[in-house]
Amino acid sequence: MAVITMREALNQAMREEMRRDEGVFLMGEEVAAYQGAYKVSKGLLEEFGDKRVVDSPITELGFAGLGVGAAMVGLRPIIEFMTFNFSILATDQIINSAAKMRYMSGGQFKIPIVFRGPNGSAFQVSSQHSQALESWYAHFPGLKVVMPSTPADAKGLLKSAIRDNDPVIFLEQERMYGNKGEVPDEEDFLVPLGVADVKREGTDCTVVARSMTVPLALKAAEELEKQGVSVEVIDPRTIRPLDIETIVNSVKKTNRVVIAEESHAFCGVGAELSAQIMEHAFDYLDAPVKRLSGADAPMPYAKNLERLALPDVERIVKAVREVSYLD
Amino acid sequence: MATQVVMPKLSPTMEEGQLSRWLKKEGDKVSVGEGLAEIDTDKATMEAQALATGVLRKILVPEGETVPLGAIIAIIGEPDEDISGLVTEASKGAAQAEKKEPVEERQESQPAKSDAPSDYQPGQWMGDTASAEQPTKEAPQAQPQASAGGNGQRGDGRLIVSPIAARMAADAGINLHNLTGSGPGGRIVKRDIEAAMKAGSAAQPQTQSAAQPQEEQARPAPVQQPAVQPAGGAAPYREENVSTMRATIARRLVTSLGPIPHIFLTTEIEMDRTAEMRKQLNALDPENKVSINDFVIKVAAHALMRHPAVNASFQEKTIRYYERADVGVAVALENGLITPVVRAANTKSVGQISREVKELAERARNRKLAPEEYTGATFSVSNLGMFGISEFTALINPPEACILAVGAMTPTPVVRDGEVVVRQLMKVTLSCDHRIVDGATGAQFLQTLKKILENPLYLIA
Repeated sequence: MAVITMREALNQAMREEMRRDEGVFLMGEEVAAYQGAYKVSKGLLEEFGDKRVVDSPITELGFAGLGVGAAMVGLRPIIEFMTFNFSILATDQIINSAAKMRYMSGGQFKIPIVFRGPNGSAFQVSSQHSQALESWYAHFPGLKVVMPSTPADAKGLLKSAIRDNDPVIFLEQERMYGNKGEVPDEEDFLVPLGVADVKREGTDCTVVARSMTVPLALKAAEELEKQGVSVEVIDPRTIRPLDIETIVNSVKKTNRVVIAEESHAFCGVGAELSAQIMEHAFDYLDAPVKRLSGADAPMPYAKNLERLALPDVERIVKAVREVSYLD
Repeated sequence: MATQVVMPKLSPTMEEGQLSRWLKKEGDKVSVGEGLAEIDTDKATMEAQALATGVLRKILVPEGETVPLGAIIAIIGEPDEDISGLVTEASKGAAQAEKKEPVEERQESQPAKSDAPSDYQPGQWMGDTASAEQPTKEAPQAQPQASAGGNGQRGDGRLIVSPIAARMAADAGINLHNLTGSGPGGRIVKRDIEAAMKAGSAAQPQTQSAAQPQEEQARPAPVQQPAVQPAGGAAPYREENVSTMRATIARRLVTSLGPIPHIFLTTEIEMDRTAEMRKQLNALDPENKVSINDFVIKVAAHALMRHPAVNASFQEKTIRYYERADVGVAVALENGLITPVVRAANTKSVGQISREVKELAERARNRKLAPEEYTGATFSVSNLGMFGISEFTALINPPEACILAVGAMTPTPVVRDGEVVVRQLMKVTLSCDHRIVDGATGAQFLQTLKKILENPLYLIA
């Protein structure tokens, strides 16, 4: 199996889908000539030309709407936001148009669009550029929300997202673009949407992590193994539709859950997970569900404060010990 | 200068204390470090020490009263000092303290700390009665007796249990009221049920040794920690996990003295003839020597058959009268206590009883008793005579009705026919479950017991 970076995996996914289907095109800021702000679309302009790889002006609402329109007439757009912070400007098109058009048109218009880009924190990009928006988009019926945490998942999920006939919000993580991982060499490697992945099996505590917190959770699990606690790490991969069954089966086994997320706690995906776990696995809980979320404050600029504002291995370890009634 | 003595914080979770006993009277001299009073806290009865030297001028809180932390309980000062100012201040403070909110219970019980035990309920504590007795390690039975109130820190009678623990307990037939929760706020959690289930089912020789590593896994915290030196000059201590046996003893006994209304009847028995008979028997068979206790068991079994009300069990809606006397005999183990049972003791000779007790005790000490060998007694006997105890009150092993506590046999001068003679006197105390054994009933049993022990020929009359 090849070992490649997350950005290479995403690049491969787009490339393979664009080769496979002429209707797939990429649009966003700096995606073409600059080869992508994070080099995720490197080499695509060269291979597919400027009708399929389109540099847009700095106008998210505009090119998001343009993408919706293109989807309505049968194309399969990939709209890149340089970061999802900027998608906030485009939410009217995403939520009011993309999410609702199929429903409001009685099924006449399908919107096979993918909105992708980095979500959440990066390195000292501060308050306006570190927001994690998955719970916003997951809130609205009509949108699918996907968050890969490994290169393999990234490639397989992006390909599936592009082939999906509904709008998919595909949330990457800038910190993870350089992360390497094994990716199967199959010609058409797909990972289905709506299926969670048990990234590590365990018996004493379930940790549900996504995107950036998955590698942290896995490191914490190793640490906890030395302390005699066996942790099961679950990566939902798709937030909407959520594979709650995998998570609940794990909780039935371990009786305790920690949710590790970089987003804020209030009304976050962790809150949704807590509610669903409580609903489906109430009788199996030995402790309340513990959420370890990002600090309830705008992301600070200072490096040390930024570190404090996000979950880390140590705090995940502590949270697991807490729900296990150790110390 | 006079000092106010305040209710001290004697445990991390203590919020108020009951003044159990004053160790000094008003007017007594006290010096720093001397015990001033015994205080019942949420965890145990502890001694509060004087922090000043002087005379205990005024006691402000009488025995039995409960006050919050920091309340003024006494004043120490010079013998002739004017303390009127302090006394009025103290009474004002007491009025205010009553209005004060209970101190930061939320902050205190952080989920991270697991130091909150079950709520202190007066009457459940056996601090003053003799050493914990007769914990028969039974498989968990659905006991009809529930301990008073719930286990949560709020003391409102609610049981605080995690959902999975509640279900496991229900499935295993464990009475949650008998458990102490190890979670925050006294929450009963999964590992408490696991421990209770192990305690109930442990004791097979094979599983016993296998249970040891499992026991440690069930309690992931280290078994023994090095001595801890707390701040503030308090004594260093070493903390050990409660062993399964100890947990079982604790769990069983809180269903004894608390829920069962005990009465204690003592009588003094002249053991001379029994002692003489024992001597003669042992001379006949020096290989199989019998003890005084073997006689007590034999005679008690005999007396039980004559007094069926004492050989009984309270079963809520019914009273069970047993058809034979299975006598549990308390055996001290290295770190605990167990009560192997001599079945049908009423049909066995002293020699048989003696051999059985020896054999059972040997196997008990090696932890090789099967559950059916230490459960299901109809009556228990406990003897602390070998430790020089003259008399004591034992706690009934539920669901039995009574237990006989036997003291030391001591040569004592008594008056018989106007003359002072020496007799071997032995005190026994019968603890009775007053729900089914009234004073007279118990007393009559003791009369029979005494009559036979004072003249063992009655056994064959």
